[in-house]
Amino acid sequence: MVPYAGWDMPVEYSGISNEHLAVRTRAGVFDVSHMGEIEIAGKNALAAVQLISSNDAALLQTGQAQYAALTTPDGTFVDDMLVYRMAPSHFMVVVNAANTAKAFAWISEQVKTVGDVAAIDSSNRYALIAVQGPAAREVLQPLTGVELADIGYYRFGYGEVAAARATISRTGYTGEDGFEIFVPPNVADRVWQAVLDSGRSADLIPCGLGARDTLRLEAAMRLYGNDIDETTTVLEAGLGWTIGWKKGNFIGHDRLLEQKERGTSRKLAGFEMIDRAIARQGYAVMSGGRQVGVVTSGTQTPFLKKAIGMAYVPTELHAVGTEIDIDVRGRVSKARIVRLPFYSRTGV
Amino acid sequence: MAYPGDLKYTKDHEWMRVSGDVAEVGITDYAQEQLGDVVFVELPDVGRKVNAGEAFGSIESVKAVSELFAPAAGEVVEVNPALKDHPETVNSKPHETWMVRLRLSDSNAAGSLLDSAAYEKLISAS
Repeated sequence: MVPYAGWDMPVEYSGISNEHLAVRTRAGVFDVSHMGEIEIAGKNALAAVQLISSNDAALLQTGQAQYAALTTPDGTFVDDMLVYRMAPSHFMVVVNAANTAKAFAWISEQVKTVGDVAAIDSSNRYALIAVQGPAAREVLQPLTGVELADIGYYRFGYGEVAAARATISRTGYTGEDGFEIFVPPNVADRVWQAVLDSGRSADLIPCGLGARDTLRLEAAMRLYGNDIDETTTVLEAGLGWTIGWKKGNFIGHDRLLEQKERGTSRKLAGFEMIDRAIARQGYAVMSGGRQVGVVTSGTQTPFLKKAIGMAYVPTELHAVGTEIDIDVRGRVSKARIVRLPFYSRTGV
Repeated sequence: MAYPGDLKYTKDHEWMRVSGDVAEVGITDYAQEQLGDVVFVELPDVGRKVNAGEAFGSIESVKAVSELFAPAAGEVVEVNPALKDHPETVNSKPHETWMVRLRLSDSNAAGSLLDSAAYEKLISAS
């Protein structure tokens, strides 16, 4: 167990590689109850979300979710988040545990300027259990009357899971098909146990923070505090697709538009090591003997069996195929820029 | 897992198996458990001379990197070639998987290290 944003979290149950491979080939279950939930509701809820989010929430139907940046006026990240449209004038944003208090304070402040809308920190009302992997649906289906096949990717529905009132979302942080189940905390252990029992025939296993990190990295999903933070813009992070340019103004819009027109001087890139070495967070990207960038995430991935990572590099070094040098504890090691994501599943 | 009586241990969780003036060096079961899945072992060049306690290699797991310290002074005479393709044996057979063979500068060097009972006491206290 490690302390993590005020929670005691397991890094691993049976080994990171074992857990990682289970999710890629069968199924795994994660307790991600540490994630924060902030609800935004009221007559002007849509206008409030449009103000704080980089993405265009008007595109969301009720029952649909989208990934977005919670932006600063500089176009950087207060946090990244999933925005759920629960009802026409009721949204829920799911934020990182370490950022929940900061994000809630920020959102509360911003929505005041909109009026006729309230933000509520509902984090204590939800436990969150993620069932991920190609067998996720077959594991979960016997536990619920909701027809899971009818829930499309980045859609969600309501129902019962193991007799607990649940919001069932077809989302995840692994790059695999799967579901995230929001349930009341007092029944979370029952749901967890029911998933483990139902998953026995599919060889589902419990997974910790370690596998969550290696899985999300293979899928090139950004991690706040590593790949994105208040110093990196949405465009530098390669997340321009989360910007709803057509919706008009939002916090940070002007700075991002300016950066879009002028171009960014650095960008987040994926790399694979050429030399036998593992580049990790904080290692310097070198060129001509001086530091020109920094590794934000890196590991040896259990499924692809390669040393991969992401790094901010000068835009001129960003093209796929470019060779870069990384200072691995004093030894300069070669890496090659590759297309992101490193891994993507076939079909849903 | 039991800690074999024929090994000598360090507080940094390395072990040494001495025969004559040559010692095999590896890491303990406790160390591999702390590290998790080992994916890469970086070893020194043959011929390198090291002092006791000097970092002379690194062991990388999925989640972290840690240094390998020389349990005693000596010269590296061999590195285990099998680790290049099968670093996971550090996890599965920690006390049989040697990483380097050292020719000891002082053939009595093992005397200053912990025996298995003392080592087990050390890790049970941590």
